[in-house]
Amino acid sequence: MLSAMKYASPTTVAEAVDLLGAEPDARVYAGATDLIPQIRAGRPEPAVMVDLKRIERLCAIARRGSTYTVGAATPTADICAHDGLAAAFPGLVEASGLIGSDQIQSRSSWGGNLANASPAADTPPSLIVNEARAVIAGPAGERTVAASAVATGPGATSLSGGEFIVEFELDEPPARTADAYLRLIPRTEMDIAVVGAAARITLDAAGTVAAAAVALGAVAPTVVRVPDAEVALIGRRPSGDALVAVEAAAAAAANPIDDKRGTAAYRRQVAGVLARRAVAIAAERASQPGEQS
Amino acid sequence: MTVTESKPRYKYVGTRPVRHDGLEKVTGRARFAADLNLSGQLHGIVVRSPHAHARIVSIDTSKAEAMDGVKAVITGDDFPAVDPSNRNYDMCVNIMARHKVFYEGHAVAAVAASTRDQARAAAAAIEVAYEVLPAAMTIDEALAPGAPVLHDHMMTKGADPPATEPSNVSDITRFAAGDLDAGFAEADLVIEREYTTKPVHQGYIEPHACVADTGQDGHTTIWCSSQGHFNVRSSSAAMLGWENTRIRVIPAEIGGGFGGKTTIYLEPLAVALSAKAGRPVKMVMTRDEVFRATGPAPGTKLKVKLGARRDGTLVAGDAYLIYSGGAYAGSGGLLGAMTVFESYNIANFGVESLNVVVNTARSAAYRAPAAPLTAFAIETMLDEIATELGIDALDLRLANAVAEGDPSTMGFPFARIGFTECLEAVRDHPHYSAPLGPNQGRGLAAGYWFNIGESSSATVNLNEDGTATVVTGSPDIGGSRASMALMAAEELGIDPLDIRPVVGDTEAVGFTDVTEGSRATFATGMAVVEACRTMVAELRGRAAKMMGTDIDDIDWVDGQAVYTGSDGDKAPLSVAAICAKAKRTGGPLTATGSLEAHGAGPGFAVHLCDVEVDPETGVVRVVRYTASQDAGTAIHPSYVEGQIQGGVAQGVGWALNEEYIYDSDGVMENPGFLDYRVPVASDLPMIDAVIVEVPNPAHPYGVRGVGETGIVPPIPAVANAINDATGCRLRNLPMSPVRVLEAITANGGSDG
Repeated sequence: MLSAMKYASPTTVAEAVDLLGAEPDARVYAGATDLIPQIRAGRPEPAVMVDLKRIERLCAIARRGSTYTVGAATPTADICAHDGLAAAFPGLVEASGLIGSDQIQSRSSWGGNLANASPAADTPPSLIVNEARAVIAGPAGERTVAASAVATGPGATSLSGGEFIVEFELDEPPARTADAYLRLIPRTEMDIAVVGAAARITLDAAGTVAAAAVALGAVAPTVVRVPDAEVALIGRRPSGDALVAVEAAAAAAANPIDDKRGTAAYRRQVAGVLARRAVAIAAERASQPGEQS
Repeated sequence: MTVTESKPRYKYVGTRPVRHDGLEKVTGRARFAADLNLSGQLHGIVVRSPHAHARIVSIDTSKAEAMDGVKAVITGDDFPAVDPSNRNYDMCVNIMARHKVFYEGHAVAAVAASTRDQARAAAAAIEVAYEVLPAAMTIDEALAPGAPVLHDHMMTKGADPPATEPSNVSDITRFAAGDLDAGFAEADLVIEREYTTKPVHQGYIEPHACVADTGQDGHTTIWCSSQGHFNVRSSSAAMLGWENTRIRVIPAEIGGGFGGKTTIYLEPLAVALSAKAGRPVKMVMTRDEVFRATGPAPGTKLKVKLGARRDGTLVAGDAYLIYSGGAYAGSGGLLGAMTVFESYNIANFGVESLNVVVNTARSAAYRAPAAPLTAFAIETMLDEIATELGIDALDLRLANAVAEGDPSTMGFPFARIGFTECLEAVRDHPHYSAPLGPNQGRGLAAGYWFNIGESSSATVNLNEDGTATVVTGSPDIGGSRASMALMAAEELGIDPLDIRPVVGDTEAVGFTDVTEGSRATFATGMAVVEACRTMVAELRGRAAKMMGTDIDDIDWVDGQAVYTGSDGDKAPLSVAAICAKAKRTGGPLTATGSLEAHGAGPGFAVHLCDVEVDPETGVVRVVRYTASQDAGTAIHPSYVEGQIQGGVAQGVGWALNEEYIYDSDGVMENPGFLDYRVPVASDLPMIDAVIVEVPNPAHPYGVRGVGETGIVPPIPAVANAINDATGCRLRNLPMSPVRVLEAITANGGSDG
């Protein structure tokens, strides 16, 4: 109904924390690209909608030393237009660009995408393979956790009352490192992932995998890391048998359900395919000098 | 690209002026039904059943009636009782349930309040007690022994022997010709295949909406978006028990209908609420309501057997077709029976088709109703026959295609038709021989639709300055106003942009049937031409008066009255010159045309589709598409192309992703465009529309309807292309990534 709600637009993190403390039935939002459709679909309205986009820190992209900080409410359109991020985290930036339409891109954000805790969200697998950290503000001050620790299940997070994500921290990747993200949707855009797969690969000077991270979306209540795929890759060239092993490990790690968007069997099979392809793309990017900043 | 037979040279017909309603539409100024707001209006909200099948035990509206802002509450009891023998019974009890609900989303009550929020709150406060009944959601469930019978009065029409017990089969249609057994005995190759398809929605962007304003004099005005406002009037009158004269319906612009707005859902509710409240009432469906409660196209189960000689001649066809009409009797079975073997000469055939009721929303027409599904069966089977016999798929169709004089399923001979020409247009197109890339495949398929005539009226008014207004009763759902203006321009010799084509309300123009059956440019165009020809006769008479001569000495040439008598030279008179003197020659210049149009020329189409299939994920992308279609004569080629392209887009969606998904309780799980996947723009390549022109002898300009045929071939074209790319035959819709991957990896080349 969107009619009886109050709207607040704090300009500092402290002000937002105070607002949330004063009104237990307040909800923060960044782009509200999930929240508004959820309310339209019948979810109870919060008493106060707290718009985080007026807080400068939540919409800023900065680099401090070897660490990028990206405000949790930064529009994904800005992220996609950021050359430094695109060079360092090409897969994460591609995942960011897949959310919704051009119009949605001007509103959607990493913070919203992660805190909404949809198992099918596009950016969390890429945030996780890049070891992103979430800086969280709340009544007890700020704390920093791994991005992988935020979502705990469909629609559920580890954020406690009055807490919200302020920004993400991403360390500059080592040399010969790149990531990739692929998703399966029946359409070409404007759709929700049936399966998502992110990979990040670091090669040594000889072209052997030195470090690997593989994560899957939409195949379990939260993002699934695939340690068996990572083990299968390390110390080997990212091709042939190693990729076959990645595919098998990803399919085995997936724990999907049958629903209106796909069957469990389909998701498991395609999780393997996309993981293998994402690893191959990430490795190819990692092997290209000049791809890294 | 246009393939044109020899035809008369026209000055305006066949040109591409900007449509009269175009600027208003692209700038957002055009008024759709939900754009209208009347002073003092209330907002109406419908209370809908959460159950797929239930008896209504009681409805308590007292709490809702006492709530803030609530001005009126209605239930089925606010409408005249209606008996199953009444031909409007299904429509009436679908608009507002009486005693039983037949699908999740079925309307049981409605409320009008000062604000939409108040109305929603009141709707939520209406207490309906249900006795939940077992539901039959699919054809198989509805036909199973012991299935819950939806309607106690449903005795199967056409059953042999006659039905003695009610069932979920509303009617059976049978057609036959020749000797089926002898035909199959003659065949060197016989194949039999089964197909299933799910209900799909028309997917119009504009939800149903209306405003009704009922006065104390018992008359009401309805503003609404529909494919036929005269039908809104008569249907509302039937539901309310009113005379037509008490209802005026003013058409708004329509944001898509595709057949789904040939019936009504909201208007009588808005009228009844408005009458009760004494205020105007506006009702606008949400997208969720549109999906749950308005007309999908039927789901089907089809079984078809075809026999062919070694040389490819089709000799026998046997079809058993089941269409689910949703909660009430549909018409898919009859239309399926009429289309399944219509495109090819098959001397011996038999068809039996059933309409079955299930606990889903009442089905409504959708672009060439039933035909895309029979084409799915026939056109994929022809591909299999071509492969089996080693005959080129296009040659096989050419060899069997119906042409002028061949008998139709109903036995009537075809008039001049353009099926062969459409096949040749595709064969001659560069696409036909273009190379394919890895994982790509190419599919060919043909399609057919009858097209219809029905009643139309038109009024032509010449203005004082020589411009004209053309008023018709056909809502413009695909560019028909531009077509009316072009035909009137050709007749009168006035520039089409000096003609204002108007869709008149029910009190401003003669009775006109719904815009359906691809009839507007054909039938209403005939009424416009008739009115214009009457006008030309009048103009000749006026010119004769002005020249002081006899009408027989006046010819109408290029928009001018030309003197042909022997009494010296007289300067020709233009329309503007005659209009300027109208007061002195007999008064206003106005003419009407009203007719029941006959001879709607059948429309044929042949499509060529290239797909690329990801063999590891089953994702199918359409990468190239060419569609030929016989338009008879393309009055405005851009809108003919638009109709073809739109039909392809919808057909591709139907083929690949669209389906109604229900949970185990019969509740729809995907009532929104996120999970009900119509194609988005990036899903489709530019569709190359090839207009074939084989003029329809029954129309003054040779028009055939073009609105529907284009949705018929895409499903089999995509299926044939997938088979070409993967070797897999998919016979169940939609051909989603899940199904395609299953076929590729698990089921040995079919989708089970």
